[in-house]
Amino acid sequence: MRKIIFIAFLSLWSSLGHSAGSSYPLDHVNIDLSDKASLQRGAKYYVNYCMGCHSLGYLRYNRLARDLGLLEREVEENLIFTEDEEGTPTKVGELMKIAMDDFYAEKTFGVVPPDLTLFTRTRPHGADWLYTYLRTFYLDDSKQWGVNNAVFPNAGMPHALWELQGWQKAVFDPADDKIITGFELVKPGAMSPEEYDQVVKDITGFLAYAAEPAKMQRHKTGFWVLIFLFVLVFVSYILKKEYWADIR
Amino acid sequence: MSELSFGTGEVDKDRRRVLTAGATVVGTIGATAVAAPFLLSMQPSEKAKTAGAPVEVDLSKLEPGRKITIEWRGKPVWIVHRTPEMLKTLDAQKELADPDSANVEQQPEYAQNVYRSIKPEYLVMLGVCTHLGCSPTFRPDVAPTDLGADWKGGFFCPCHGSRFDLSGRVYKGAPAPDNMQVPPHHYVDESILLIGAA
Amino acid sequence: MGNLLANTLNWVDERFPLTKMWREHLSEYYAPKNFNFWYYFGSLALLVLVNQIVTGIFLTMNYKPDAGLAFASVEYIMRDVEWGWLIRYLHSTGASAFFVVVYLHMFRAMLYGSYKKPRELIWIFGMLIYLTLMAEAFLGYLLPWGQMSYWGAQVIISLFGAVPFIGEELALWIRGDYVVSDITLNRFFALHVIAIPLALVGLVAAHILALHEVGSNNPDGVEIKKHKDANGIPLDGIPFHPYYTVKDIFGASVFLVIFAIIVFYFPEMYIFFLEPANFIPANPIQTPEHIAPLWYFTPFYAILRAVPSYPWLMGKFAGVLAMGAAVMVLFFLPWIDRSPVRSIRYRSNAFKAWLTIFIVSFIGLGILGMLPADPIKQKLSQLLSIGYFGFFIALYIISKNERCKAVPDRVTWK
Repeated sequence: MRKIIFIAFLSLWSSLGHSAGSSYPLDHVNIDLSDKASLQRGAKYYVNYCMGCHSLGYLRYNRLARDLGLLEREVEENLIFTEDEEGTPTKVGELMKIAMDDFYAEKTFGVVPPDLTLFTRTRPHGADWLYTYLRTFYLDDSKQWGVNNAVFPNAGMPHALWELQGWQKAVFDPADDKIITGFELVKPGAMSPEEYDQVVKDITGFLAYAAEPAKMQRHKTGFWVLIFLFVLVFVSYILKKEYWADIR
Repeated sequence: MSELSFGTGEVDKDRRRVLTAGATVVGTIGATAVAAPFLLSMQPSEKAKTAGAPVEVDLSKLEPGRKITIEWRGKPVWIVHRTPEMLKTLDAQKELADPDSANVEQQPEYAQNVYRSIKPEYLVMLGVCTHLGCSPTFRPDVAPTDLGADWKGGFFCPCHGSRFDLSGRVYKGAPAPDNMQVPPHHYVDESILLIGAA
Repeated sequence: MGNLLANTLNWVDERFPLTKMWREHLSEYYAPKNFNFWYYFGSLALLVLVNQIVTGIFLTMNYKPDAGLAFASVEYIMRDVEWGWLIRYLHSTGASAFFVVVYLHMFRAMLYGSYKKPRELIWIFGMLIYLTLMAEAFLGYLLPWGQMSYWGAQVIISLFGAVPFIGEELALWIRGDYVVSDITLNRFFALHVIAIPLALVGLVAAHILALHEVGSNNPDGVEIKKHKDANGIPLDGIPFHPYYTVKDIFGASVFLVIFAIIVFYFPEMYIFFLEPANFIPANPIQTPEHIAPLWYFTPFYAILRAVPSYPWLMGKFAGVLAMGAAVMVLFFLPWIDRSPVRSIRYRSNAFKAWLTIFIVSFIGLGILGMLPADPIKQKLSQLLSIGYFGFFIALYIISKNERCKAVPDRVTWK
């Protein structure tokens, strides 16, 4: 019986922990939400390379400024590229929406590029998934954008960061041409692989932040709440003991 | 009696009282701390604050003698471009409740003057009657039949008949207790006005 | 000061039975002195209920029951409303905590025979609370309008469609539309925030009143009212207040530590309290890869899937029936269990063995219900379903002439 439960648990973990579609192992990324320099870089890369298509429709620019240690003026100057129909730049208190036409988007990409505010929360190990995804585009002529992806096969997205990473070829398992074992850089980009990994880590960290801006506050508040609760446990235990001394 | 030892002297009543009081204090602190986030959640949210963010207005197209209404924090803000004739009427007013704008709640310090504004020609004012919150009408016409021969131009509240001059100062005897409110504002440059930020 | 207080109390007492109620339910409600760990969960359930109601009220201040706005309004609460994230996590964690506490509370009743005469009605009210709670959780889960909300509701409402003859019309009536839609969301909201909570509060009151009428059971399952002192007070009874109030405050404090750890550090509980797919807005034209109900429904969901669908056996309605029966059979527990002995402490090994089978089946089904279905898991689910229902049949048989140990006359203590 115990063995059955054990097996059930194992398969529970494996079937729920990893979504179907690809067997490519995810690379783990350590996200440090207190590394504001990294998050700031991530925000900059995001608005430059991703936000043309992917909005962050639940996050406000001024919230981002506050949490990432930027001045609102800096955000207005460096991160806000959008404007309304009359040409007035988006205000710093607004949500990070974009004006891409859904019809146009569907025609170009086949699907409307999703909003990414909550992306890292939409699957278990979402940050690892994203970190791996952005580093595993490889050349594949059979696809619309000339690239395919190891963790998300047949992704409908071009390699937005190719100028930085360059182009790479997938190396397949000689025994099974569906299993990717590694990559080979065929045309270097503007960055070394280490620098590129850091860029992807910055973007991933930024999106992990965007998915739950209150996370740091949550952890800090939790610490004080627990300190208080331990005091409460202690006091209520003494009180209980005191009263229960009556009963024999 | 059940097997309790009430009143047998074994119970240290002082100790019990102290512990109960201590636990009550800890519990009260906890309850207060729990209540705080709930009450604070009813404060204006980020969305409300964005809607209440300062509003920029370009005054270059506002003709003398005209009024425009801007929405700020969901309330009407009036900007009146007063003519020299209109400004002249302000010095001569006698029947005002608070002619010197002594009530500092009703305007920022830089608007505590006869014109109740930074630049005399531009009046920036919350278009809300200080009586019960109606929005008065702008009546720049002198001595109209409905308002009487003494009317030198100003604002008239249709709800309960409060009268204000062209600086938003309330006339004596009106139901409204105070002069109309001037919101914080400043000029970014010659003709660009920012409402909502001092 | 003290005089004023006493006078005010007098004034009130002449008009409302305040002191009388205080006495009857707290200071002169005599509970057995030998309550153990399992007896914390009743008061904890009450605590969680209060948490759900209070956080629910504050969520309602900012939530929008509109298919076009609901998802964004939840994120608005999580980001733009001051402390909104805390209120939301308290509510979402509270939902799971409610079931944890209620399941343990129910298991306590099974361990010590708390459902037996004269406490059958307490058990019935309790079961009604459990049923209402399931409805409340199901309705509430649609509100965030994520993918899991949407498809979970779609699947569960479709179950009603399996009812013979009226099924399709019934499902249509519940949805108010041909698919789960804005209309469905709107009515689920109404039911979740007012109708069901009202019923829940009423049932909880009935549950407690019934309990205080007959008095609490205890881990020995002996009746403390059999031995009373000269004043008519049970010898093994102690006033609920202050003894059990201070004890329950201690229990609540320990519970809150665990609860706070989850709320502040693991609000998703990996994937069990907040499912990843529910961070994607509802999309009526795309089903998520794998849908499973939240953990507290999975034992029954596994039973549903375990039953094969044969045209000669009512088709897919058989599964629905089995699932319904799995819940409804619990209502009859006071009459299924015919043993005169209440507590597991003095019951036969056969009973202990079957209760173990029952618990293992329930937990096993709960795990299987979370997993994608395949033939092996279906076989396993069938086996465990037999274990689940087998318990009730076996209990009916073995409890008739059960060889129990001698039950003590008074409660055991230290």
